[in-house]
Amino acid sequence: MSDNNDLIATKELTLHMGPQHPSAHGVLHLILDLQGEKIVHAEPDIGYLHRGTEKIAEGLLYHQFVPYTDRLDYMSAMSNNLAYVQAVEKLMGIELPERAKYIRVVAAELSRVAGHLLAIGSWALDLGAMTILLYAMREREYVLDIFEQICGARMTLTYLRVGGVRYDFTDGCKEACRTMLEVFPARIDEYETILTGNRVWIQRNKGVGVLTAEEAIDLGLSGPALRASGVKWDIRKDEPYLVYDRLEFDVPTGTNGDCFDRYLCRMEEIRQSMRIIKQALRDMPDGPFNVDIPEIVPPVKPDVYKNMEALIHHFKYVSQGFKAPKGEAYSSIEAPKGELGVYIVSDGSERPFRLKIRSPSFMNLQTVNAMAEGRYLADVVAVVSSLDPVFGECDK
Amino acid sequence: MKTVAEDSVLVKKVVDNFWDAVVATTLFRGEVTHMVKVSAIVSICDFLKTDPDLRMNYLVDVIGVDYYAETPRFEVVYHLYSLPKKHRIRLKVRVNEGDQVPSVTHIWSGANWPEREAFDMFGIVFEGHPDLRRIYMAEDWQGHPLRKDYPLRGYKDRYNPYGMEREEEWSPGKKQG
Repeated sequence: MSDNNDLIATKELTLHMGPQHPSAHGVLHLILDLQGEKIVHAEPDIGYLHRGTEKIAEGLLYHQFVPYTDRLDYMSAMSNNLAYVQAVEKLMGIELPERAKYIRVVAAELSRVAGHLLAIGSWALDLGAMTILLYAMREREYVLDIFEQICGARMTLTYLRVGGVRYDFTDGCKEACRTMLEVFPARIDEYETILTGNRVWIQRNKGVGVLTAEEAIDLGLSGPALRASGVKWDIRKDEPYLVYDRLEFDVPTGTNGDCFDRYLCRMEEIRQSMRIIKQALRDMPDGPFNVDIPEIVPPVKPDVYKNMEALIHHFKYVSQGFKAPKGEAYSSIEAPKGELGVYIVSDGSERPFRLKIRSPSFMNLQTVNAMAEGRYLADVVAVVSSLDPVFGECDK
Repeated sequence: MKTVAEDSVLVKKVVDNFWDAVVATTLFRGEVTHMVKVSAIVSICDFLKTDPDLRMNYLVDVIGVDYYAETPRFEVVYHLYSLPKKHRIRLKVRVNEGDQVPSVTHIWSGANWPEREAFDMFGIVFEGHPDLRRIYMAEDWQGHPLRKDYPLRGYKDRYNPYGMEREEEWSPGKKQG
């Protein structure tokens, strides 16, 4: 930045970046007030992908809403499934069988790996390092193949359901996970070789979009972006759900709170996720993967064709659903982007009276102005990428 | 998941200090909820943030709920979290249509967008909010989609031929025939 800023008389300009812009991560519309190339004010304008998910939920049975959660953060659908079914289970007071808990941990961590890979890939692409995107897509394919083996779908998974999971986690899936765990560490190191010491990458990220811990907390930032500011807050550690309290993993934090630290945090989280998957596969017990409550768990499909009672059971489940007690519950998980919470108000019927999704992308985007103000236009791209917003989730 | 006991500091401190403002306190599924008076919401939030035993420095969410046909009609729910103490609390206020809720943006800047969302979706007005505009819907949108009397398929216009017919003299929140 030159010192003769005052001498150069430039007119303030308003630039609309997005919603159709290759580095807008979907449909982000940024209204940027510019003084020359410097940002005076950055105002995110969201809502281009608003589909009224919460309104739709009010008209659906509890078990019918699970597929809609896949479409929120479509980069890591398992985490959304988990946040939703966990909230319903909390509301109903259901305790899961051990095996289901371990399966869910593996599923959630796999989707974190997939989400972070794409976050780093698209971030590098936005800043001109296209190689990483191709590599990350290649590695993400491993995870998607495992998902396909688990439940038949690759992105819109709907694998978890209230009371457990839809299919058993077979030995074949375990084997596929183990192969992934063997391949990945070397690949992640390869990314680091390309990016972490790369001068261009460092120049574009280090010292860019700095947020202090106080600012970040005040603005409601969460997830790896907040941890990069030095706040050691991970819901998996601080309010353990499933079996995270029995698994060993570290929570990486940064010191500078800039884009570079957010990148390092995500890289380390991929490694820690693999550590978690390894332990969960090792400790996963045998046994049922659903709770033993017929109202909320449908019969297995082959039985429906042969057994009259199972057919009736299936019909009742699909058409009537199940009731949740009157009351309200909020349950949150550590999603790849931050705190993903679901708040359900129940009036005692089989449909939620009000369902609110606390999406991390939405809350995190509030910090764009604080990070971009006074910086150059090119830094906005790094700032937005470092938050990793996904608009299916942000706009709901 | 952590549960909150009845003699917890989350219950006692709030009830003791604001005994005239707390309408009801409930414990359900290990979560503590205080229903409070609208006039006291800012002072309670301020207290929750600054009190050394509570230190609710993180605003998780601000949520609108529409209890249509009840009076007061709306409920505003605040989810708070304490990063140093690792505990959560829920505050609720009830407001009628047209009433104003004091904004908490000056306590937690992060309340900005969730309050805008509640305004957009329910038409709840937050007094003292720095920039109370619609956030999801278009600026010129009429009505508030998450209200219970707003039809699921929306209102008829040139983009939505299958929507419901809008009455001639329609205003947000007016009961549909």
